[in-house]
Amino acid sequence: MKSRILGVASLVGIAVALFFALKYAPTEQTMGVLQRVFYFHLPQAILSYLAAFLVGFGSLMYLATRDLKWDRFAYCNAELGVLFTTTTLITGMIWGRLAWNVWWAGDARTNLELILGLLYVGYLMLRAYLPEREKRARLSTVFGFLAVLDVPINYGAIYWWETQHPKPVLGPSGGGLDPHMRIALYVSLLAFAIVYAWLITERLEVARLEDEVGALESSLEAS
Amino acid sequence: MRPVAAIVAKDIAIEYKNKEAFTSMLLFGLLVVVVFSFAFEGSDRHALAPGMLWVAYAFAGILGLNRSLNMEIDNDCLQGLLLSPVSRGDLYLGKVVGNFVFTLIAELVILPVFIILNNLAFNTVLIWIAGITLLGTLGFVAIGTTLSLISAQTRMKEVLLPALQIPMTFPVILSAVQATSLVMSEDSKGVSFPLSVLGIFSTVYITASYFVFEYIVEE
Amino acid sequence: MSDTLALDSKDIEKKFGYAYAIRNISLQVRRGEFVALFGSNGAGKTTFLKVTAGLMRPTKGSLSIEGFDVAKNAEETRRRIGFLSHNTFVYRDLSPLENLKFFCRLYGVSDSEERLLGLLKRVDLAQRANEPVRAFSRGLQQRVGIARALLHDPSLILLDEPYTGLDAKAAQTLNDILDEAARSGKTIILTTHDIQQGLRAATRAVILDRGKVVHDGPAKDIAVQEAYVRYIHRGASA
Repeated sequence: MKSRILGVASLVGIAVALFFALKYAPTEQTMGVLQRVFYFHLPQAILSYLAAFLVGFGSLMYLATRDLKWDRFAYCNAELGVLFTTTTLITGMIWGRLAWNVWWAGDARTNLELILGLLYVGYLMLRAYLPEREKRARLSTVFGFLAVLDVPINYGAIYWWETQHPKPVLGPSGGGLDPHMRIALYVSLLAFAIVYAWLITERLEVARLEDEVGALESSLEAS
Repeated sequence: MRPVAAIVAKDIAIEYKNKEAFTSMLLFGLLVVVVFSFAFEGSDRHALAPGMLWVAYAFAGILGLNRSLNMEIDNDCLQGLLLSPVSRGDLYLGKVVGNFVFTLIAELVILPVFIILNNLAFNTVLIWIAGITLLGTLGFVAIGTTLSLISAQTRMKEVLLPALQIPMTFPVILSAVQATSLVMSEDSKGVSFPLSVLGIFSTVYITASYFVFEYIVEE
Repeated sequence: MSDTLALDSKDIEKKFGYAYAIRNISLQVRRGEFVALFGSNGAGKTTFLKVTAGLMRPTKGSLSIEGFDVAKNAEETRRRIGFLSHNTFVYRDLSPLENLKFFCRLYGVSDSEERLLGLLKRVDLAQRANEPVRAFSRGLQQRVGIARALLHDPSLILLDEPYTGLDAKAAQTLNDILDEAARSGKTIILTTHDIQQGLRAATRAVILDRGKVVHDGPAKDIAVQEAYVRYIHRGASA
């Protein structure tokens, strides 16, 4: 029931966001229509980081409680993390290519996003090679926790370098945004947040069922 | 002799006898350095040097971590360590120190070869680079020891380690390269920031690993 | 001398994901007992031993070794336990003497060469004390393992299928050592598939089936044989 509501809300949200991004927000002066990619790019980037925080939180909770539901929480968020990181990088690349003719900006933000994506992939790879349920939960939550610690350290390391060696600004500074643009941004962020909530709800349910099946299988084997 | 010291002494004794980890690290590091010096023939060596050096260190370092791990997987010796009264955190520290010593020695042998092959200058900058190497290696080995014990328990074992290690140690490699680049261009005043990133990384990961190590090794 | 139990387990459970390896195990072992633990593959013998030795953490239940709670005082409990399995846990590049010295340092006991050579003599390895273990046959390596398991004079000795792959001479050496340990009041828990080997010196026999205790009684009792046949080896006679 909850997921049905969220599903409908997601559709509505995206439709509304599209309207705001494509129609409501004024066209930007220097970049023109292309700039509108930003309304999708930034929310996705924000959510890709939110996912990391949730993976870390879920991992710690599992280690504290040993309740598999927290392990499921961690890895489902990691999957969404891969998704949102990928779309962030792709929208970023589209923008870069169309605006400045570069596929890869190589700036702080882009590198950070890429490393984040690689950490998610590493996490999921680790899980893929651990067939035993308990071991999988235990080892991947330790790695999840350690990997999430890396995110702020990366941020600090990369951004300092940027301030020493400034590159032409390839993204909006954030400040000086037209109020209409700002509204469009918030609408889009809200819409994507609802999509995230819907996806995680569905995914968690599937994960829970997978574990239930696993439990039934092992009790069948035992008897 | 304290248990941590005993573990380090044991690792040194074994390495001294079979020299497997050290020679493979050294050889691989030197090969990478040689390949780079051919591959980048004619380019601006000075600008590329820091990156080349740290790529060589990173790959050699991963090899070293794997070998150190195999020592404990063989005959299930890790279980022997876990049976003893030594705390899991102390066990971790013992392995980190051992890995650190071997990796550092290999790196300090690779460094002069690297300088020679790239016709760089032998001067006081070298001392700075050695210091950066020390700090960078500490961070690398701190998380590497933890990750190698995680990946050792998977089906893929050492093959998985690079997939986890390389993204995780990105800030170490980046900061080490930045710092090396700064000292080589005689611009040392900015070097304190990357060095502090290295310091923070090492502190955070040695502490975190010390406490979560038991979750990795105890079933 | 107090009445402390060598092993006091209450309601021990170990779950792997959703599967139970052992459950509701409440076994009490008094000092000086020699317990033979039987069970078919997957019955939970190794799991129980590993939980006792501190290699695995139980998902439920409490465990004390000689009065020390395993959860609160892990290091003290491990100090009192000697564990031997078919893996020897010795470093192949080092000699027996070097191996033993190392483990002495881990356990905080004297690493004097004299004492260690005496130990190696006990397992009939004194003449090869300085060769790397790599060169030894499996039986010889197992003897180094025995020395390693006992060098810190543990009061509780756990053996997980120790006779696997041993030649007759090594098995005899092991039996002699176990008998000596039993005489000096050590507590021994031994798992094995071989009912003869198991009951040879045991005072008590426990049978596990599918993670639970299904029989627990004196070793020389005929009931053991019956239970063995019922749970483990259909149609075998002892």
